[in-house]
Amino acid sequence: MKIKSERDFWAGLMFLVVGIAFAWGATTYNFGSSARPGPGYFPFGLGALLALLGALVLFKSLTIESEGGDPVGNFAWKPLIVVLGAVAFFGVALPRLGLVITLPLLVFISSWASDEFSWKAAVVNAVVLIVVSWLIFIKGLSLIIPMWPTIFGASA
Amino acid sequence: MDLINNLALGFGVAFTVTNLLYAFGGALLGTLIGVLPGLGPVATIAMLLPSIYALDATPALIMLAGIYYGAQYGGSTTAILINVPGESSSVVTAIDGYAMARKGRAGAALAAAGLGSFFAGCVGTIVIAAFAPPLTELAFKFGPAEYFSLMVLGLIGAVVLASGSLIKAIAMILLGLLMGQINTDVISGVPRYSFDIPELTDGIGFVTIAMGIFGFGEIIANLGRPAEHREVFTKDVKGLWPTKQDFQDAWPAVLRGTALGSILGVLPGGGALLASFAAYTLEKKSRGRPGEVPFGQGNIRGVAGPESANNAGAQTSFIPMLTLGIPPNAVMALMVGAMTIKGIQPGPQVMTSNPELFWGLIASMWVGNAMLVILNLPLIGIWIKLLTVPYRLLYPAILTFCCIGLYTLNNNNFDVYMAVLFGVVGYVFYKLSCEPAPLLLGFILGPMMEENLRRALLLSRGDWTTFLTRGLSASLLAAAALMVIIVMLPSIKKKREVAFKAEED
Repeated sequence: MKIKSERDFWAGLMFLVVGIAFAWGATTYNFGSSARPGPGYFPFGLGALLALLGALVLFKSLTIESEGGDPVGNFAWKPLIVVLGAVAFFGVALPRLGLVITLPLLVFISSWASDEFSWKAAVVNAVVLIVVSWLIFIKGLSLIIPMWPTIFGASA
Repeated sequence: MDLINNLALGFGVAFTVTNLLYAFGGALLGTLIGVLPGLGPVATIAMLLPSIYALDATPALIMLAGIYYGAQYGGSTTAILINVPGESSSVVTAIDGYAMARKGRAGAALAAAGLGSFFAGCVGTIVIAAFAPPLTELAFKFGPAEYFSLMVLGLIGAVVLASGSLIKAIAMILLGLLMGQINTDVISGVPRYSFDIPELTDGIGFVTIAMGIFGFGEIIANLGRPAEHREVFTKDVKGLWPTKQDFQDAWPAVLRGTALGSILGVLPGGGALLASFAAYTLEKKSRGRPGEVPFGQGNIRGVAGPESANNAGAQTSFIPMLTLGIPPNAVMALMVGAMTIKGIQPGPQVMTSNPELFWGLIASMWVGNAMLVILNLPLIGIWIKLLTVPYRLLYPAILTFCCIGLYTLNNNNFDVYMAVLFGVVGYVFYKLSCEPAPLLLGFILGPMMEENLRRALLLSRGDWTTFLTRGLSASLLAAAALMVIIVMLPSIKKKREVAFKAEED
């Protein structure tokens, strides 16, 4: 069997799997009856419907010809990992290291994802952003954001 | 004339120097906070609520109205400039607004949004004054079955948001509805799909999904392209103002959006939200000038229509709150909260017992709206300057503000991690050409839809035909079915063409 539309094939598979997973998960909750629907009633129906549509998309991707096979193309691994890694790092580090250390690191790491990276620009950007963030979030809105590192690990 | 007398009373209250200042201050604060990604109207009002404690009832509500409008417009600004919708109703604004910004026409988009909203706000004010009592009765006619059918119609309408395959768009809606099921069941109190993670039992935040899928997904997709192919922002920004042609194109869209918004806004429960989606659908389906920019690539009607509908809806959503005391959305709930802090019990009696307050508030909604236009038209120049910052500097800044916004949602890093997860999901959607806008609508409506479905079934003792035997509900479903057929017709035709071609090969 030949895949005629690569994007639709994977999309269909994704819908099918997620639909089945949700419907299967719904069976652990009380289904109830139509007259007295329980917590599992709605998600089961939705999951089943999604799986059905996923199967349909999958079927179409194997039967209907598309232009040039509609390839998914290369994943942009570097930006994906670097950008999201930087954000995840922010989540881990903020309560421990505080904004003063975390924010410049977020800017440095994420700037590296671009192919036009330069140290000078990143440093300037980090300095500007930390001042602006401090003015807006701490001074202006008095939000509770840890500014400085806590010595004894996470406090929040 | 009651209408004129009432409005005159209201404007008499609102048009004092101090009240005008409060309206302006509110609009300014609201805009400044609303443009920070992740801080929508609800967060903004909640944050600024303490600042109004010291004021009298009327100036307090006037200032809140200003904050509300400012924050809402701020949310639309981020949707247009950086593709991060600040609140659910600006999701559709992001589609064409962001496309316009990338083509150097952010100014036109922002102006269209501002002026369209102002016009819609004016009409909404008159609608409230003239039709508040009869419109309230319409809301009474809506039972759970009608709400469910209305939401089905709204969701089917959302399919038109996606330009690709119909089945994939419906599947994305279902996926969104399912994601909305990750919460604690309202009726039985059972946590669902929470994997014993306490944060998940409250459900996933709208902002988390919007930032992850739209914001982060967009940045990664942009960086993934080689610099010379990156379609971020053109360097030549074409004027701050809409052209004459833009006005001609946008004007009918504003009218249609206003009409839709005024009607749908009256329905408690996401009326204004549905209005902006419905307006986009309507614009996409109605015939424009030959040779205009296609939808999804920066059509000004795609900004003007939904923004007007959204604002008209926001205005008329005061009707159920003021007449029935039912807040139609989270923002209105906060307004009710502010009213009760000030010792006013919202409900039908406000109109008769506190006429100055009632009409003063309605007039001040208009004033807040007017302040917004005065304030924001000059600000457009500044927002546009922001876009001339090179992308390699701009995206770390967007990330920074998103991260801080995410962290401060619940003062917790869980939302940051969730947004990372949705960033991956968003990139996968982008790679598989699954358009995420319908998913977001499904996600927002999911819990409401389930509640109404289950209530309707309880009332009918499990009889599914209740949706068809009740007149209003049946006609809403019929409209939904009709919409599916209209959307499917061209694609069926195309498929047959493809099939014929395949035979010839």
